[in-house]
Amino acid sequence: MWRDAMLVAGKDLRIEGRSRVALSQVAPFGIVALVLFAFALGPDRQTMARGAPGLFWVAVLFCTVLAIQRSVSVESSDGARDGLRLSGIDPAGLYLGKAVAVAAQLVVLEALLTVGVVLLYGARIEVPWMIAVSCVLGTIGLAATGTLYGALSSGLRVRETLLPFLLLPIAAPVLLAGTRIWQSAMAGGVPAQGMQWLRLLVVFDAVYLAIGVVLFGPIQETA
Amino acid sequence: MTRDLTATPVDGSAATHPPAGAATNTRVSAPPTPSTSARRTERTIGLLALVGTAATVWLGLWVTPPDKVQGDLVRLVYIHPGVAWVALYLAFGLAAVASLLYLWPRTRSLFWDRLAAAAVEVGVVFNICTLVSGSIWGKPTWGVWWAWDARLTSTAVLLVLFLGYLALRRVPAEPEVRARRSAFVALFAAVDIPIIHFSVNWWNTLHQGATVLNANLSPTIHGSMAWTLLLGFVALTLVFVWMLLVRYRIGALEDWLAANELDLALAERQAEGVAAGGAPVGSGPTDDFPTDRVGVA
Repeated sequence: MWRDAMLVAGKDLRIEGRSRVALSQVAPFGIVALVLFAFALGPDRQTMARGAPGLFWVAVLFCTVLAIQRSVSVESSDGARDGLRLSGIDPAGLYLGKAVAVAAQLVVLEALLTVGVVLLYGARIEVPWMIAVSCVLGTIGLAATGTLYGALSSGLRVRETLLPFLLLPIAAPVLLAGTRIWQSAMAGGVPAQGMQWLRLLVVFDAVYLAIGVVLFGPIQETA
Repeated sequence: MTRDLTATPVDGSAATHPPAGAATNTRVSAPPTPSTSARRTERTIGLLALVGTAATVWLGLWVTPPDKVQGDLVRLVYIHPGVAWVALYLAFGLAAVASLLYLWPRTRSLFWDRLAAAAVEVGVVFNICTLVSGSIWGKPTWGVWWAWDARLTSTAVLLVLFLGYLALRRVPAEPEVRARRSAFVALFAAVDIPIIHFSVNWWNTLHQGATVLNANLSPTIHGSMAWTLLLGFVALTLVFVWMLLVRYRIGALEDWLAANELDLALAERQAEGVAAGGAPVGSGPTDDFPTDRVGVA
């Protein structure tokens, strides 16, 4: 399973390395979103700094939708999906591989957006490790759910419009938890409340990863 | 092939088409008709629901006294918790269980799929009623139509989740594929509900404990108020069951129509030919019609 996952993840990342879609389209879109949020909130830096955690995670969610769309569309042409299924790769490995590739791209993107939030909104981060942990856990959750819904909607012609509608409400806990962890990381002090939210993220990740590993095979058959 | 199922009139008129093979060689199976006892059960439940609702309205609006603090506003309590109970627990719980039973190989049957679909659709209606009646109560009480209270927020998220389910169901697909896909989505949503519940509770615990239900289930409640409240629960549950049965029957007819609409159209055209005194049907041009209807079923 793990070997298969690494193979699939390597393939997706190699495709990204050659096509640079995430780097040249999704990441700039994230920055554009940050700039638009700034326009919407006005030039007051204090308001922006206060809204920074939420805005960061909303931007991440939008970029997740794009990354998942890309991850699905990579498999949709030239019968690539059938090829993968015929290749004897374990469905659980395929799921984990796709999720790892998406997560890797998202982590890079989040690093970029964090820099953007600090520079553009003047957000002050007091507890950096919490930011890092929340990003990793949040990313795992987003990649886990996104890959599930991506596979579920991969055969649909209305995928582009349906996927965000299905995925974003499901990912609402990640947004809530991520925002709260960021807030406590920016406030500094003893982040007791942040720990509670980190635990919630761990549960969210575990639940959806487990579902994906167990059900990805049957889900693929519906596409 | 795209078929907009909901745009097709499903009023049972399809049943008046000529029966299969009477004058033509098309193979149209008879539409699913519920048994007499099933129809009678449906009608009885509908009647009980109507009587129960009427009694709740009468008791709630005329018989029960106004509340000391809330005045006439308290009358919303006879429907709001009942509607919420149906929407949040009964309908979506049933949908989750039915979806699970569909996915379980041993109990896989389109019955569970249709039941889940009917439950979600009726549940969404009740969910909207919950939010609307809550809003009507909230405006004079809290001064706002909407508060980002934990309970309100999770109800709204639930609504969005199941609207997504309904949107997915509208995507044309083979019945089995659609059933599996929808069942997965319902299951993922159901798994998310406790997580959303906790996260939203931690997010905003402002109004915890001050819910309508708790306030009025206290022992100090007036006798007639308690009975009306209880009756409201029963009546709304009956309304839900009745709507569920009707929606299930419509769902079965929709599936039947989707599988037979081309055959029905063929039979109609052929009947027109016979009525116009054309060549006997079954020879000549009829043979040109595709008999292999794999794509239709």
